[in-house]
Amino acid sequence: MTALTSLTLAQARDALRRKEFSALELADAHLAAIEKARALNAFVLETADHARDMARTADDRLAKGQAGPLEGLPLGIKDLFCTRGIRTTACSHILDNFVPDYESTVTANLWRDGAVLLGKLNNDEFAMGSSNETSFFGPVVSPWRRAGANTKLVPGGSSGGSAAAVAAHLCVGATGTDTGGSIRQPAAFCGIVGLKPTYGRCSRWGIVAFASSLDQAGPFGRSVRDCAILLRSMAGGDPKDTTCADLPVPDYEQAIGASVKGKRIGIPKEYRMPGMAAEIDSLWQRGAQWLKEAGAETIEISLPHTRYALPAYYIVAPAEASSNLARYDGVRYGLRLPGADVTDMYKQTRAAGFGKEVRRRIMIGTYVLSAGYYEAYYLQAQKVRTLIKRDFETCFASGIDAILTPTAPSAAFAIGEKGRADPIEMYLNDVFTVTVNMAGLPGISVPSGLDAEGLPLGLQLIGRPFDETTLFSLGAVIEQAAGHFAPKPWW
Amino acid sequence: MSVDAETVRRVAHLARVAVAEDEIEHLRGELNAMLAFVEQLAEVDVKNVEPMTSVTPMAMKKRVDIVDDGGIGDYIVKNAPATEDHFFLVPKVVE
Repeated sequence: MTALTSLTLAQARDALRRKEFSALELADAHLAAIEKARALNAFVLETADHARDMARTADDRLAKGQAGPLEGLPLGIKDLFCTRGIRTTACSHILDNFVPDYESTVTANLWRDGAVLLGKLNNDEFAMGSSNETSFFGPVVSPWRRAGANTKLVPGGSSGGSAAAVAAHLCVGATGTDTGGSIRQPAAFCGIVGLKPTYGRCSRWGIVAFASSLDQAGPFGRSVRDCAILLRSMAGGDPKDTTCADLPVPDYEQAIGASVKGKRIGIPKEYRMPGMAAEIDSLWQRGAQWLKEAGAETIEISLPHTRYALPAYYIVAPAEASSNLARYDGVRYGLRLPGADVTDMYKQTRAAGFGKEVRRRIMIGTYVLSAGYYEAYYLQAQKVRTLIKRDFETCFASGIDAILTPTAPSAAFAIGEKGRADPIEMYLNDVFTVTVNMAGLPGISVPSGLDAEGLPLGLQLIGRPFDETTLFSLGAVIEQAAGHFAPKPWW
Repeated sequence: MSVDAETVRRVAHLARVAVAEDEIEHLRGELNAMLAFVEQLAEVDVKNVEPMTSVTPMAMKKRVDIVDDGGIGDYIVKNAPATEDHFFLVPKVVE
């Protein structure tokens, strides 16, 4: 780590405005860090020349006093966001030569505000995974290691490259997407902050679709403030996404340091799962204590349908995925294999182009949507989803401002350790995060401590719809109390 | 509910994914494990519960019905594996 890569996004922003260094120097420092960190496999595409061009433009605008809110700040972008003229693959073989001629709305917003693209970040194929092991480009290696061991650990997923790159100081911030926990769980595993905004807060236009009623883009940062700064630029209405809300975007950074006195924090009893690790439970209690010390009130609440969220998710998400991924047919873009006829061409192309986990989810989704099973599975799951959302609505209506839970049931595990024999073992990682997507709510994961082996653990705060502001205020309280956690560089 | 080998073949065909005969048994096991996992949803009382259609209450946005884009044929076929002029090429469909 050099002086320039040690800065948070907010510190780098302020230093650029004070002309302590140039955007080009900042970009170069990060490009050098990326080159040194190839063992992490966090980036699937480095765009050094493009980064330097963008940094030079940023320096011009800084010199002329025309700096945007993110002017000159070097970011990594999850490879699920389409970037004009720059290969975008969703880390799938079926798209590994795809170069879009358009820019996702979220990334366009970032460039509008002056940010610099360092490269595209690794993720689970089509964002389907909780460990970044399903990527066509191979797994990401976490910058974290257990104390005294060199076992390679997962960074979490699906936004594993984003979390690893931010934790390893390869970029000042990154984008991710979260369908069932894909921002919050890797943020927790890597000891950084990650936020999934309210459904509709950020445009989904130009993001490779997984499950359209659940997908949402969000920021990663090494501080709560950094995430607040990024979200302000990423969020906002978009005529190209009919599900994107036309609501004004607050200056989220103002929420940092705001008083949380009198805030009512719900502690859902159903999240205290049987067999929960003692250190997760004590971390949770410590988090509640920190909020109380800052003047908030904690109240036990009940979200009775919690245990049904994960099974309902594993109907809704694969169903939507099987429909969304029908577009990969070897005709308009992507991989194509020859076949005896057009149907065989589709079948051969999709069998070769999709990885195992993606094929599995397409099969499940196709089955639950097929004639005779639609009502028993898909319709039932959508009704259960209504009940899951109602649980949250009832709590918020009773005056709860936010809900505190652990982010994940454990710290990071080793590459190859989970899900080989039983895919459901991997799915259980999302047990605390998936409810939030099912209900369309905002959730933030804030690093809160280390486990006995020295690995980071996170706490999740869940907010009312479009009340990310309260999450930033509460998150900043936890961050202040818990401190920061950084991996010891070994790469 | 559990699926048999024939159902696996049918679902794979519907999903347009080629599956080799020696993969069927494994896929059958995976599908059944997933179905067993989601089985618990059947116990939830959903009487008079509407299925969710939109996670946030919102009015569908509409736009004026005008052509506001176009002339981008080159872009549209640029990533296609096989094209001729501005057409996508596929294996012969009609004899």
